Amino acid sequence: MIEDHQTQQVPTNWRDAAMQQRIKKRYAAEKRFRLFGFTTVIFALGFLVFLIGDVVLKAFPAFTAAEIQLSVTFDSTAFGLARTRADIDAAEYGAFIKAGLAKRFPEAQNRTTKRELRELVSEDAERVLKAAVEANPDLIGKTKVFWLPGSDIVELYVKNQLNAKGVVGERLASDTMLARLNSAQSNGELRKTFNTRFFSAPDSKHAELAGIAGSAKGSLLTLFVTLLAAFPLAIFTAIYLEQFAPKNHLTDFIEVNINNLAAVPSVIYGLLGASVYLGFMEMHRSASLVGGLTLALMTMPTIVIASRAAIKAVPPSIRDGAVALGASPLQAVFHHVLPSAMPGMLTGTIIGMSRALGETAPLLLIGMVGFFGDIPSSFNDGTAVLPVQIYIWASATERLFAQKTSAAILVLLLFLIIMNATAIYFRNRFEKRW
Amino acid sequence: MNKQDVSAVKMTALNCNVYYNEKQAIKDVTIDIRADEVTAFIGPSGCGKSTFLRCLNRMNDTIAGCRVTGDIKLDGEDIYGKAMDVVQLRARVGMVFQKPNPFPKSIYENIAYGPRIHGLISNKTGLDEVVKNSLQKAGLWEEVKDRLNESGTALSGGQQQRLCIARAIAVNPEVILMDEPCSALDPIATAKIEELIEELRGRYAIVIVTHNMQQAARVSQKTAFFHLGSMVEYGATTDIFTNPRKERTKDYITGRYG
Amino acid sequence: MQIWPVIFALVLLSLVGFAVGQWRATVVLSRNEYLHSRPGHHGWYTALITFLPALVILIAVSFYLPHTIDAATLENLPHNEQPVDALSRQVALNEIQSLSQHSGILPSSPAMAEAAKNYEVRLRQATLWLAISVLGTAIIGLVVSSSQITTQFKARSIVEAIFMGGLSLSSVIAILITVGIVLSLLFESIRFFEKVPLLNFLGTSWSTQMAIRSDQVGSVGSFGALPLIYGTAFISLIAMLVAVPIGLMSAIYLTQYASLKMRRILKPVLEILAGVPTVVYGVFAVITIAPAIRAWGQSMGIDATSDSALAAGLVMGVMIIPFMSSMSDDALTAVPQSMRDGSLALGATPSETIRKVLLPAALPGIAGSFLLAISRAIGETMIVVMAAGQAANLTINPFKSVTTVTVQIVAALTGGDETFDSPRTLVAFALGLLLFIITLLLNIIALRVVKKYREAYD
Repeated sequence: MIEDHQTQQVPTNWRDAAMQQRIKKRYAAEKRFRLFGFTTVIFALGFLVFLIGDVVLKAFPAFTAAEIQLSVTFDSTAFGLARTRADIDAAEYGAFIKAGLAKRFPEAQNRTTKRELRELVSEDAERVLKAAVEANPDLIGKTKVFWLPGSDIVELYVKNQLNAKGVVGERLASDTMLARLNSAQSNGELRKTFNTRFFSAPDSKHAELAGIAGSAKGSLLTLFVTLLAAFPLAIFTAIYLEQFAPKNHLTDFIEVNINNLAAVPSVIYGLLGASVYLGFMEMHRSASLVGGLTLALMTMPTIVIASRAAIKAVPPSIRDGAVALGASPLQAVFHHVLPSAMPGMLTGTIIGMSRALGETAPLLLIGMVGFFGDIPSSFNDGTAVLPVQIYIWASATERLFAQKTSAAILVLLLFLIIMNATAIYFRNRFEKRW
Repeated sequence: MNKQDVSAVKMTALNCNVYYNEKQAIKDVTIDIRADEVTAFIGPSGCGKSTFLRCLNRMNDTIAGCRVTGDIKLDGEDIYGKAMDVVQLRARVGMVFQKPNPFPKSIYENIAYGPRIHGLISNKTGLDEVVKNSLQKAGLWEEVKDRLNESGTALSGGQQQRLCIARAIAVNPEVILMDEPCSALDPIATAKIEELIEELRGRYAIVIVTHNMQQAARVSQKTAFFHLGSMVEYGATTDIFTNPRKERTKDYITGRYG
Repeated sequence: MQIWPVIFALVLLSLVGFAVGQWRATVVLSRNEYLHSRPGHHGWYTALITFLPALVILIAVSFYLPHTIDAATLENLPHNEQPVDALSRQVALNEIQSLSQHSGILPSSPAMAEAAKNYEVRLRQATLWLAISVLGTAIIGLVVSSSQITTQFKARSIVEAIFMGGLSLSSVIAILITVGIVLSLLFESIRFFEKVPLLNFLGTSWSTQMAIRSDQVGSVGSFGALPLIYGTAFISLIAMLVAVPIGLMSAIYLTQYASLKMRRILKPVLEILAGVPTVVYGVFAVITIAPAIRAWGQSMGIDATSDSALAAGLVMGVMIIPFMSSMSDDALTAVPQSMRDGSLALGATPSETIRKVLLPAALPGIAGSFLLAISRAIGETMIVVMAAGQAANLTINPFKSVTTVTVQIVAALTGGDETFDSPRTLVAFALGLLLFIITLLLNIIALRVVKKYREAYD
């Protein structure tokens, strides 16, 4: 060993002023960088809060509807003598409303003002009156005071959304109309109610009547088809690729394929659906069956990828143990591997389904966009789905539709939150750690 | 040995304790590290020797929940004190890790990285000089001088470790901490590193953590034996290995446990 | 056509088949004879032989019958009410169907009422035929398969072979989908290019409105896709300018600076942004952001349109942030801790470590996520459909309106022209093919890069 053959290195002079200056600069840069990172996170979070806050605030008014009080006389001459069911069906309820309105607002004499009067009451009022007579035929020939659904003007009025001149967007209330509304308001003939129609009615051309029942059921039917078509196929594919498939070019190709399919823009699936289901197979346009099958194509790769990860997480020893006991490979997989992988597969499925629920573009291409005034009753009925309904309402100019757009978004987000919360619950509750 | 005065003490630790959350990992360690010697920390796995080593350049700061009490001083300056700047501290107390960890950059850039960030050298020729010098000191120059632009990760394991030592040398440290620098290397590469440590002794205070008692005996002048978070014995390497004072040290170096 | 009762009956029959098979096998077993397969396998065998052939019949018939019923019903209409084109055919069918389903709707003509009645009769007949053919097949299957049960019969092998076949068949579906996409896009694109020359498609003028009447001179219209490609690239660029710095920096902050607790909360919250449906972003863009940009532009003296590229690009950028962020997060966490330690031990500050060591080391992974994010951006539809314009401009002014490939795909197929024979509709498929090829290339490259990168650190 050579002793002390090296001399101590001359240390750097860190106390040097230039060096101290430099260190200060470096720390300033560090602070800036960190702050920039923090700002970006805050920006993203802030945007989320802004987005959701914006939706909630704008959605709130949509849950309020307006009713107008009107004394209606059921003129017995309109019903015929027998007052049969057919008579009740055939009666002109609009005429009763007109008469009632004319009585309440006698100053309206000419045709224009009379037509204006009619605009106070929603079209749905006729259905309300008819239902009342059906329930109680004794009303015929009598007079009764009803709370009838108000028109969009009345609704805007009770929400204080008509400005001083009565102009809101496309809707315009004349001075006389405003005077009438003011008088009705001071007489207590207008009231706000909770808008149950929003949840029970299909879409309508009349803003005050439009609801999400049609599109929500459309979404439900569509998702049902998607689940039925995609889930078994995806699970089987995942099992096969993960447990049985020989390692060869074909399975490699399938694997690359699935990964790429998961990244194909959704609108392409819409083109595929339009060309194959509508063009080639001539299935019903706009039907939830077609929508569901289109979304199934899109959702399947997602579920396959999640399911494969879930199966991969089950240690091979489980399967080997079962096979060693004399189970066939198929039995080992179905009896032992699958139950362990199921929570992960279900989580993946729910996440895939929630993406399908929010998907819009491919459904536009297979004709699920348009006006559907009925709640769909079968898989072949033309229908919209919730996101498409949002799209349709968002392009309408009326203020009430704008409110409904936000309300429908709120409902959609609520569904998505429930689905994702379920997925997270599944993952946390049933996920086994090996 | 007596001729060496107190000023040759580079680092001191006084009643040093380290906690990970509630768990105490180091108990009351007091030690002097001399500038002109190689100090070895030995002990069974999990005894806290690496933890203590990482306290010496505050690498423990990066671990959440780690707390250090007691005094650790570099040239009499408290390294956990307010006046101490951690960036400067780490430049003065360099570190080499268990697994070679060259950056995925060229050999040249690996060495130049430290001097650049600290602003030690401003011009290209100066930097070239530092790179050459550091590689020479690390005994790697002859092997890599023709391929300085190749990736540092393309070197062999032993070369990578010497590159990491060169990288540490390049910022002109006063102390070099080595955390089991040979545990991932084959015997030939290990021998080269040991040679290198011998070469560097005197220029830098060197602290080496090792599992390998022969290695400690070969390269160090002082040895500290750690067990269960405490420093059991500290003294001249020859004394520790030939004439340990504590029963536990004796048991360990004779291979009863560890 | 009442299809559900038939399906229900078929499932019921299959369950019966399972019970019968299992029961017969048990009987054989109780004679103390050795059975190759367990009774459960025989049950499965019987059930499958009952179910599968009948299912094939069911699918075939239920696809085939509605078309024949529709055709026969329309054929019986008087000559003057025969539909002339696909659209009026659909309208007539819709009317007939709703007449037969709902009472109380007034038919547009007596012939229609007659047709509706005919339709109902045919439908009832069809249901009967369906039931007979499906359930008949099922019963034959049940009888044949349950009579096959003997001690030697290898029910287990057959059942497992069927299951295995099912499994491998379903995995081929993934290929079929790809093939389906490619073929349908190609097929319709070829039809498009039969009507519109390729050079026209590669031109710079997009004006499909001219192709209204096929007998007009120059009726083909202009289908120059370059402005659309440019618009797509332009909006994507704006989006990436938002998403890349913010996504990358938030990933850096969450992986390198945030405490574990903070990261655990913030990461899922950021991922909520990824779960928001794109139509919601679209609404937000068109109702909130676009007017704001317009107002701001006007206050600055810039003439901003209400469908500016900027609004669509900004909102699309926000949509991509969580995507970019989580992919970069993965890339950064894949860099070994030792790399970070090595840099910190040299006295680098965390930000120097991140910028000079971690980011270069994670670069391939980040590049991969960047490519995937671009692919997202150019394939994104709803935001641009709602917030970007229809006018095919070549402008570098972000306050002006541009249109994109996806916008025009949607416009072509929702323009009211619902048959697939005019170039105005078919162009959607040519554009779709273009989009598919570009995104496919991006995805393949990106997945390769990411995979290589992961292997490098494993």
